[in-house]
Amino acid sequence: MPDARAAWAGVVARPVRSAAALVVLAALAGAWALAAHALWHSTVPATLHLPHVDPRSAFSSSFLRRSASFQRFLDIDLLLADVTLIVVLALYAKRGHRLMRESAAGRIGTGMMLGMLGFAVLWLAEVPFNLAAVWWERKHGISQQGYIDSLIQSFLSLGATFLFVSLALLLTMAIAGVLRRWWWAVAAPIFAGLALLSSFLSVYLIPGTHPLRREPTAADVRRLARAEGIPGTKADVQEVKRDTTAPNAEAVGFASTRRVILWDTLLDGRFDRRQVDVVVAHELGHLAHHHTLKRVGWLALFLLPAAALVALATGSRGGLARPEAVPVALFVFVVLQLLAMPLLGIVSRREEAEADWSALQATRDPVAARSLFKRLATTSLADPDPPTWSYVLYQDHPTIVQRIAMVDAWQARGGH
Amino acid sequence: MSISEYPAPPNPPAGSEHAVRLLITDDLQRDRLTVFFRLILSIPHFIWFSIWGIATLVLGVVNWFATLIGGQPPAGLHRLIAAYVKYATHFHAYLHLAANPYPRFDGRPGYPIDLEIAPPAPQNRWTVGFRGVLMLPALLIAAALNGNPNSGAGGRRRSFSYTGGLLASVAFLGWFAILARRAMPRGLRDGAAYALCYGAQFWSYALLLTDRYPDSDPLAAVPDLPVRSDPIRLELDDDLRRSRLTVFFRLLLTLPHLIWLGLWAILALLGVILNWFATLFAGRSPEWLHRFLAAYLRYANHVYSFLYLVANPFPGFVGKAGSYPFEIAVAPRERQNRWKTGFRIVLAIPALILAGAYAALVFVVAVLGWFSSLARGRMPMGLRNAGALALRYQAQAHGYLLLLSEAYPYSGPVRAGAAPRSGLPGAPGPPEAPGPPDAPGPSDAPGAAGAPADLGLS
Repeated sequence: MPDARAAWAGVVARPVRSAAALVVLAALAGAWALAAHALWHSTVPATLHLPHVDPRSAFSSSFLRRSASFQRFLDIDLLLADVTLIVVLALYAKRGHRLMRESAAGRIGTGMMLGMLGFAVLWLAEVPFNLAAVWWERKHGISQQGYIDSLIQSFLSLGATFLFVSLALLLTMAIAGVLRRWWWAVAAPIFAGLALLSSFLSVYLIPGTHPLRREPTAADVRRLARAEGIPGTKADVQEVKRDTTAPNAEAVGFASTRRVILWDTLLDGRFDRRQVDVVVAHELGHLAHHHTLKRVGWLALFLLPAAALVALATGSRGGLARPEAVPVALFVFVVLQLLAMPLLGIVSRREEAEADWSALQATRDPVAARSLFKRLATTSLADPDPPTWSYVLYQDHPTIVQRIAMVDAWQARGGH
Repeated sequence: MSISEYPAPPNPPAGSEHAVRLLITDDLQRDRLTVFFRLILSIPHFIWFSIWGIATLVLGVVNWFATLIGGQPPAGLHRLIAAYVKYATHFHAYLHLAANPYPRFDGRPGYPIDLEIAPPAPQNRWTVGFRGVLMLPALLIAAALNGNPNSGAGGRRRSFSYTGGLLASVAFLGWFAILARRAMPRGLRDGAAYALCYGAQFWSYALLLTDRYPDSDPLAAVPDLPVRSDPIRLELDDDLRRSRLTVFFRLLLTLPHLIWLGLWAILALLGVILNWFATLFAGRSPEWLHRFLAAYLRYANHVYSFLYLVANPFPGFVGKAGSYPFEIAVAPRERQNRWKTGFRIVLAIPALILAGAYAALVFVVAVLGWFSSLARGRMPMGLRNAGALALRYQAQAHGYLLLLSEAYPYSGPVRAGAAPRSGLPGAPGPPEAPGPPDAPGPSDAPGAAGAPADLGLS
């Protein structure tokens, strides 16, 4: 009779287990949605209506033609590179495990080697696309970087990728060796934690920076930081003019390491003081609204389901504890990243819009903002109104036209 | 796992021997007086070597045209240039203490370090035409082994300098050793002989005496290599095959290992300080510390052999014994002389000087091996064996510094090794005492009884 009892218990237990799993899954999905909702919050008024701006009213038709052609080439180059990436990684997922014979390392060491070689193959496959982009940017005077320089730089940055991949696989495979199928539940929070640490320390990892001491810009940074509610925030200048003429700035770190990084190309005289103030206020807006932290939050929300899917996909190769599963994991993870790109683009554009709004509130200078956006477009040859597919896939900022429209909307609301 | 320093090439078929071969009849005995004044005594030879060298360069150009047109060097020119290459070898052997008697000025045969150069033979005109380009890789190795003159211009002033290679390092150390012991240590002499042989082959190739490319294999360069069973020794079981993909990205693939090695080195540094005190007081290393430092040394050599293309597979991260084709076998701990332990850092300085010279060689090996492995999917045996020799010496030098053994590093190439004193796992044959450090001994003697001629296990 014990067998019959066990069978009966099994019949009862199966639906109970399935129901419990569903409940857990639903709870996880609910928590995920709640977290996403919290991260989605923005200070840009929900009722804000962006008026239609005709690009021809802001830019000459010759510039519009030139920028559209410039951007189209780069977008198509990027699209082809992405397609190549998928094909190469798919082939690597199928055949990459054969390279295990080139390793005398153990389980994890071999996995690390396969991970690095995956990116190595990818780098080789993408060299023509990268060189094409350099050629195009040089042709249009946007980049001054030589081809060999560009190759060496990307080769060296591949070294940094190798280190990151090795560390990631070391952690993941070690956890998978213990937890088997459930490694993702532990690994995803650990990687989110590492991303948080990396975000905190990122200011120390940017090469060629020095503190901003030039007046009156330094005084303006102090004033705008107070206006945005983050007094004491510092700014650094990054030396990039040897490689590019494109202007840029970024916000990095949080808490005690939060910092605004201004490229020296922004301070070379092509932008006046008021325009630079708008840029500074925009970056301070990112910091004031904790966008660096929010990005880590979004990353965590992406990592959890992505890691679960990787665990599922690698099951056929014995799970991620086995090195032969690494090429498959690489393929699945990168494809998921590509699929998530449009969604992450929406998030990014929303944060950029919030930073623009914040800058307008802090500087109260719509004229400078409008002229800055026009100037940004002309100096970096950015298409003010790119085609929808390019906007959805690759744009992480609102278009120039949208940014100008926001300035108009801000003015229309009476400046608040 | 094979038990050999490096798998020797199988006995060469008749006619495949290199056209330029080294002959050694030197008995290692040296005269202290002539050694002390060796540099000054060499001045007449320096002058004659330079004058004859200029004439030979002119003859070399004539020989280039003649060989390009005729398909082989004219016998007269060949004889003249060969005489110069022989003389240059005699002179450098004397200058660098690889031989004792004052050499003649005509390159006549019979010197203790002599050359045998094959008579003129037909040469491929393409390789003759592009000889100046083809010899460039060999020039790099020749510079690492024999040193290279540099010149530079700073403003109005031109400066000349000389970077000593393995040969200069060997001579420098040999000078002190001979003054102390009246004999050139066998390892140093063989190291010099290896460099001299390669130099002679290089110049013979450059001056069109032969179209055989210089062979960087130390095993083929020096005849009658000794058999040794040092406490720190190399076991190599590599099939020369290289994966082009991992070769191309070799430097980047090694990055995680280099970082891990750096972290491990910090612990090893603390370990060796502890080991020094422990060995000084107890007369031998603590077992656990010996094991830890041996694992570190093994791991470091796994990484270096991977980085420098002396071995192929991606190494593990723990330095597990027997896990890699390039294996540094370390014998169990032994009692060590307290004086030698106390002054280990000072005593290690000569070994570290030589390790520096070998480091230059293995770097060149890696650069040339990279191109060759990418092109052919295989590492040339000569380059691999040269790299293995360099890494083995460095491992012995570092093992000496880490107090893993008190046996001094052996600076020359060795043939197949017998089992070490302690009996390593898998090592066949009865235990054999190691020879005195870099000194002539029973097992070092040319043609020593019981020496396996070749253990070609590649």
